[in-house]
Amino acid sequence: MANETHMSVSVWRGDAVGSFQPFEVKVEDNQTVLDVVAWIQQYADPTLSYRYACRVGMCGSCAMMVNGTPRWTCRTHVKKVLVDGHMQIAPLRNLPVIKDLATDMDPFFDKWVAAEGVHHPTLTRNDPIEALDPAAEARVESAAGIECINCSVCYAACDTVANNPDFLGPAALQRAWSVYNDSKNADKQAVLDAVSGVGGCHNCHSQGSCAVHCPNALNPMNAIAGLKRETARNFFKRRS
Amino acid sequence: MRRGYRNHTLWVAYLLHRLSGVALALFLPVHFWVLSYALNQPEHLDGFLRWSEMGIVKFAEFGLVFLLAAHLFGGLRLMALEWLPWTSGQKTAAAGAVAASTLIAGVFLMRAI
Amino acid sequence: MTLGLYMAQRISALIMAPLVLLHIGVMIYAIQGGLSAAEILGRTKGSILWFAVYGTFVAAVSVHGAIGLRTVLSEWMGLRGGTLNAAAWAIFALLLVLGMLAVHGVTAR
Repeated sequence: MANETHMSVSVWRGDAVGSFQPFEVKVEDNQTVLDVVAWIQQYADPTLSYRYACRVGMCGSCAMMVNGTPRWTCRTHVKKVLVDGHMQIAPLRNLPVIKDLATDMDPFFDKWVAAEGVHHPTLTRNDPIEALDPAAEARVESAAGIECINCSVCYAACDTVANNPDFLGPAALQRAWSVYNDSKNADKQAVLDAVSGVGGCHNCHSQGSCAVHCPNALNPMNAIAGLKRETARNFFKRRS
Repeated sequence: MRRGYRNHTLWVAYLLHRLSGVALALFLPVHFWVLSYALNQPEHLDGFLRWSEMGIVKFAEFGLVFLLAAHLFGGLRLMALEWLPWTSGQKTAAAGAVAASTLIAGVFLMRAI
Repeated sequence: MTLGLYMAQRISALIMAPLVLLHIGVMIYAIQGGLSAAEILGRTKGSILWFAVYGTFVAAVSVHGAIGLRTVLSEWMGLRGGTLNAAAWAIFALLLVLGMLAVHGVTAR
């Protein structure tokens, strides 16, 4: 099957139930995993469903499991992941599968809202724009997480999400940590309360798969540790 | 399916912490049960202690001390990660925790035999 | 796992950290030349200090073990809600009762 000019690709077909379908795809010099999926859909089987938009690692919509590891497929070179001329492509883990490689991302985004990763303004539109000090300690913490592209790779990599469906997950909690440290955020307590419930930051076991696999090299595990520290500090403060 | 996403140090540290915790929790009731013989039936305790002189039991004790030390140092690593403003050197700390556990369990074994 | 359970888990862990080191130290010291009931009891009988140390240890480990196993039962066995909490309380009670009997056994005169 696989040789120097062609690779064998197993692609998930179906939803929660289904099976892997083999395809033969020509090997090119410069080729991403997304290129391979697009080629299959255009030239081998037009019924294949998958999701992508920007193709340059900004929109966060093309993440899939490649050989069992979550990756942004548009920025993953085939040469990096081929094993003996073979690779396996499956829909993102920990999310319901709509069809083939397309997952339902609603639970992922619902948890962003549940983690209170939303702006609580300190000013109105009539006030002058507040200056920020980029070197301030809280700003540095806040800035560490803002390059997140919502691709759900960390969510798919997390075994705590897999074992506990209530867990808000690395991306949502990292967002909450960014908002918590934002000097323009007026309601820190709302964030701490939102991440202290049944599915909150305290479920995290610091396995660190989120940080290992984040395509933008962010570290949600550290953000979650920050939330644990602040909620613990707050726990003592509220009691004294 | 291949589980490539788990192949890294901190995930293994998590698994060790969990398995050692479960093993210690299962061992504790037995440990307590044996000790509670001490007051009324010390001869039972002595019988048990003679049984524990066997090599295989010694080896199991070495395992328990290792699990206890691994759980202690792994737990201290987690507490440092969570409560101290401390971010770098995670993998080194995890490896150090295992090394310290092995050392302590080794010392225990050397003195036991 | 809520904030309350997390705090109980971490505080019990902090209480135990020095006690575990002490316990390992005692083990290494005591196991030399073999163990006997008389040797152990000679050290512990009637000692308020040993009673306090190991009583604290048992109380902390009951909390810590119950919360830890509660998480494992939830994540690996799928227990939820009332069943999960009942199991955690049962584990806490079992460890506390057996542990206190053991402490009583080795320290009471």
